[in-house]
Amino acid sequence: MVDTVELQAKDLNFYYAGNVHSLKQVNVSAHKNAVTALIGPSGCGKTTLLRCFNRMHDLYPKNRYEGEILFEGRNILANDVDIIKLRSRIGMVFQKPTPFPMTIFDNISYGLKLNGISKRSEISERVEKALKNAALWDEVRDKLHVSAYDLSGGQQQRLVIARALAVEPHVLLFDEPTSALDPISTGKIEELIVQLKNNVSIIIVTHNMQQAARISDWTGFMMLGELIEFDKTDKMFTAPSEKLTEDYITGRFG
Amino acid sequence: MNIDQKRRVESIIALSLSTLAALSGLFWLVFILGDVLVRGIGALKLALFLNDPTPAGVAGGGLRNAFIGQLMITGVATLIGVPIGVLGGTFLAEYARGTKLARSISILSDIMVSVPSIVVGTFIYAIMVKPIGHFNGWAGAAALAVIMIPVVLRTTEDMLSLVPWTLREAAFALGAPYYKVIIQVVYRGAATGILTGILLSIARVAGETAPLLFTSFNNSFMSTDMRGPLASLTASIFQYAMGPYEDWHVQAWGASFVITVFILLITIAGRLIIKWRYK
Repeated sequence: MVDTVELQAKDLNFYYAGNVHSLKQVNVSAHKNAVTALIGPSGCGKTTLLRCFNRMHDLYPKNRYEGEILFEGRNILANDVDIIKLRSRIGMVFQKPTPFPMTIFDNISYGLKLNGISKRSEISERVEKALKNAALWDEVRDKLHVSAYDLSGGQQQRLVIARALAVEPHVLLFDEPTSALDPISTGKIEELIVQLKNNVSIIIVTHNMQQAARISDWTGFMMLGELIEFDKTDKMFTAPSEKLTEDYITGRFG
Repeated sequence: MNIDQKRRVESIIALSLSTLAALSGLFWLVFILGDVLVRGIGALKLALFLNDPTPAGVAGGGLRNAFIGQLMITGVATLIGVPIGVLGGTFLAEYARGTKLARSISILSDIMVSVPSIVVGTFIYAIMVKPIGHFNGWAGAAALAVIMIPVVLRTTEDMLSLVPWTLREAAFALGAPYYKVIIQVVYRGAATGILTGILLSIARVAGETAPLLFTSFNNSFMSTDMRGPLASLTASIFQYAMGPYEDWHVQAWGASFVITVFILLITIAGRLIIKWRYK
């Protein structure tokens, strides 16, 4: 595996509504074809950091970034960045499954159509491919045209992953993707994430430390808006360099 | 009497009072609907729908002009009121969400919903009838549209607000621009609610009489000219019910029946949509 950097935050600061300083001088890299996990107690800023990577914060007024996030050789926080294009390169999967109120097929073709793909044969092909990549094809192949709401929660989450995959992003951001799911669905999603890193780079925010240990290659530990430690997952969970990290991982707080 | 018996007695009193209140409400409802139904069905003749009114005092004739006029006025009102209401509601729930402006418009709409319809009628009279010099169908449609807009606007706003934010974020995260998020995702999520609101607002204005008396007035002749006075069922019912001829009374019952059933069907359709959506 070539260990190159896909996304890199440099001296990143983030302010909610103009003045709530929520990320402080964060320096972090996400490697290509690797799973990077962000852990830390509630309110530590890990989701805030994740949402910087696809500029989700731009949806709400007065949010402010400082610093740089490098992606494909450019600072994506620059004003002239095409956010719409950026979001098609960096996909996102949310905590609760977010299927659109349409059929399974339309859910996935939605993103394709947004990206200007209109040929029917190509759309069907890519819908099938995305569903296969998200390990959902066998379960839904006979009901592509029923409402996505008829699927179970775990299936919906895999559908949403398929939807994000269909536009062939370079990075996928996961915001606690299994916290609303049962253990079996969680297992399936975890397996899937590990498989997906062959095609995309993955950053995942999780509350579940075992999950981070199971599926990630790199782990960042955050607290109060700061990145306390960032290292290979093996090392983080066996021999962390920071006292705070050790305390958190061993369950002394958080 | 111990506390247990006391509670039992209180419960019986509360139950009896509320049952009594429900029954007395139901009594008048059944009375009115039953009366309209019984007398209305008796008045239903093909001539009611196919013939125009005969000169006053001459037996026979029908209300063809009023049925057509009613459809025209309600139809045009819907064409004006629905787009304005839906787009206005979209503005409040999406583009102006959380702003003072949105809150003020919401509150104003709530007040507008409860403004007596005759006030709307006189208002339109002042701006669309008086300057022209005669009653006209456009004014009637405009009055009904004004009554309709706040209803549609508020329902749209509420229904759009019910669509979870994460759904919008998910669409944004795929690289969708805001207008596509609204049209392709949010509207779909709120479609049944908005449609129900539209149907109920049509039902609401279809039964209005007061605003029409000041605007489209009435017309005893067949006319499809929106620039002149236009007949409507409600205004005809008003005129015929107040008139001295037995034949008029019968026709007024028939018209009442038709419009009641029309409104009932729209309302039921609205309810069915909700039920079908949330089954």
